[in-house]
Amino acid sequence: MTAVEAPASRNGTAALDVAAVRADFAILSRTVRDGKPLVYLDSGATSQRPRQVLDAERAFLEQHNAAVHRGAHQLAEEATDAYESARARIATFVGADPASLVFTKNATEGINLVAYAMSNAATAGPEAARFTLGPGDEVVVTELEHHANLVPWQELCRRTGATLRWFSVGADGRLDLDSDPITERTKVVAFAHQSNVLGTVLPVAELVRRARAVGALTVLDACQSVPNRPVSFTALDVDFAAFSGHKMLGPSGVGVLYGRSDLLAAMPPFLTGGSMIEMVRMEGSTYAPPPQRFEAGVPMTSQAVGLGAAVDYLSGIGMDVVEAHEAALTGRALDALGEVPGVRVVGPTDLADRGGVVAFVVDGVHAHDVGQVLDDRGVAVRVGHHCAWPLHRRFGVAATVRASVHVYNTPAEIDALVDGVRAAQKFFGVG
Amino acid sequence: MQLEQMYQEIILDHYRSPHGAGLRDPFDAESFQINPTCGDEITLRVRLDGGRVAEISHETLGCSISQASASVLTDLVVGRSVEDSLRVLTAFQEMAQGRGQVEPDEEVLGDGVAFAGVARYPARVKCALLGWMAFKDAVVRVGGTDRGAAEQNGTAATSDGKDAT
Ligand SMILES: Cc1ncc(COP(=O)(O)O)c(C=O)c1O
Repeated sequence: MTAVEAPASRNGTAALDVAAVRADFAILSRTVRDGKPLVYLDSGATSQRPRQVLDAERAFLEQHNAAVHRGAHQLAEEATDAYESARARIATFVGADPASLVFTKNATEGINLVAYAMSNAATAGPEAARFTLGPGDEVVVTELEHHANLVPWQELCRRTGATLRWFSVGADGRLDLDSDPITERTKVVAFAHQSNVLGTVLPVAELVRRARAVGALTVLDACQSVPNRPVSFTALDVDFAAFSGHKMLGPSGVGVLYGRSDLLAAMPPFLTGGSMIEMVRMEGSTYAPPPQRFEAGVPMTSQAVGLGAAVDYLSGIGMDVVEAHEAALTGRALDALGEVPGVRVVGPTDLADRGGVVAFVVDGVHAHDVGQVLDDRGVAVRVGHHCAWPLHRRFGVAATVRASVHVYNTPAEIDALVDGVRAAQKFFGVG
Repeated sequence: MQLEQMYQEIILDHYRSPHGAGLRDPFDAESFQINPTCGDEITLRVRLDGGRVAEISHETLGCSISQASASVLTDLVVGRSVEDSLRVLTAFQEMAQGRGQVEPDEEVLGDGVAFAGVARYPARVKCALLGWMAFKDAVVRVGGTDRGAAEQNGTAATSDGKDAT
């Protein structure tokens, strides 16, 4: 299929050759704001894409492009093979069976797919009964969720009359397991694998255990975990999981919803139309088995192929190597920021169960203003509430500065971040 | 230096000691505006007196640009007729949304011209406009004008200053 060159480092314990990795990312050698080298510390929002991913997309489009799962000509066959091969490799990457992976636009769509399928279950017959929700039922989320894993559940509750409950977050940025609202009424427990603000990794096994004990379905927002560490959905034993391609060195416009095979088989569709049907008559239709049932219309194809190339690239480096590299950078950032008076990290300050996003506030300087000074020095970070507004309220701040790393970042870039924070303090007269 | 272009001394001065800061009574209308992309908030009160803006007071939870802008707004509109103040508002908005292409008129905008540099940073334009949109909305609420309220800024408004989220 779409051949992907071996990336810079091989799987194993050998230290990562970051310079070789960086050479794969043309954008990292550009300058910004009048000639400053780009220091890209916003991969938590979207990551950059290596040449191998771009080449795979281009090669697909130049050689094999056609509508997948439609038509019998040679290109249609090749395109379908490329698309399904990408699905298979991505499935291996997340420890799942290919048929349990649905291509979506992004994680947001994946989570909405589940939430809308649950609404649709009300009228979908006995097979779908286990997905129905109504007054008296409850959906449990956490206070640290990205809006993508909060608003769809609020909306599902509004449509069905169910009630939303949530775990709260402690001052240390960890989930407060004592605030557990899971009861016999709970039908869904949806939570992030890792917070996109705090960096906290949630105790998935414990949450799955508690959900399972009351027969609730689990939905994992894996947006900030799949790109950064080895993840197996089968091992985590969650019922559903969603992630986005663009945060894992892949294209935008493609994401994945994972669903346990028996659940996908019983779940009614969300979007309907072409490609997802089994048989259509004027009076009504029946639907294809999963994953096709959930992929209505001509799907994103070169993007799926690109995501396949991205997981090949990441696997070539080794997700354990990626994880260790990011942990080292995160540790460096936490240590250095911890030494700057007036800087407060929002989230765990030790590396245990913690990933490579570091959010912080600077006393006396608004996050926007810190971000502006950093931008002026070529350092790209995210400022604001990062689509986790309730979490920011929880910590009593309107906005934070968030630096997030990926495999191509260097210790020198962390130092540039910290220097920039000090410069912001100086500029605004608080340092 | 790009940074100094945006953060001109006038802006930093207003930021350090903002005019109109702190909510005051009595008032004729209050507007709560929020910038959904960053969560910054302003509550702004207007008191009118015979068709003139008698007092502006505000509480701004936001960056230096939004705080300084609310301060400059206070200076520029207090004492003016409502009509006149809306003309200033239009000029400020045109400059802020002008991507650095609109030459500001110092006669009309006074210290407001310092925000011309902000117009080059699209992400910060909403910060500069937050207070102005609150002012416009508050004036509409008093019935001082029938022009459209704050929607152009993409911000949410509430009638009573309650949290709009
Ligand atoms: C934890 C988390 N969940 C969900 C999302 C939504 O991802 P997307 O916008 O790609 O659907 C993001 C990214 O913004 C995220 O960080």
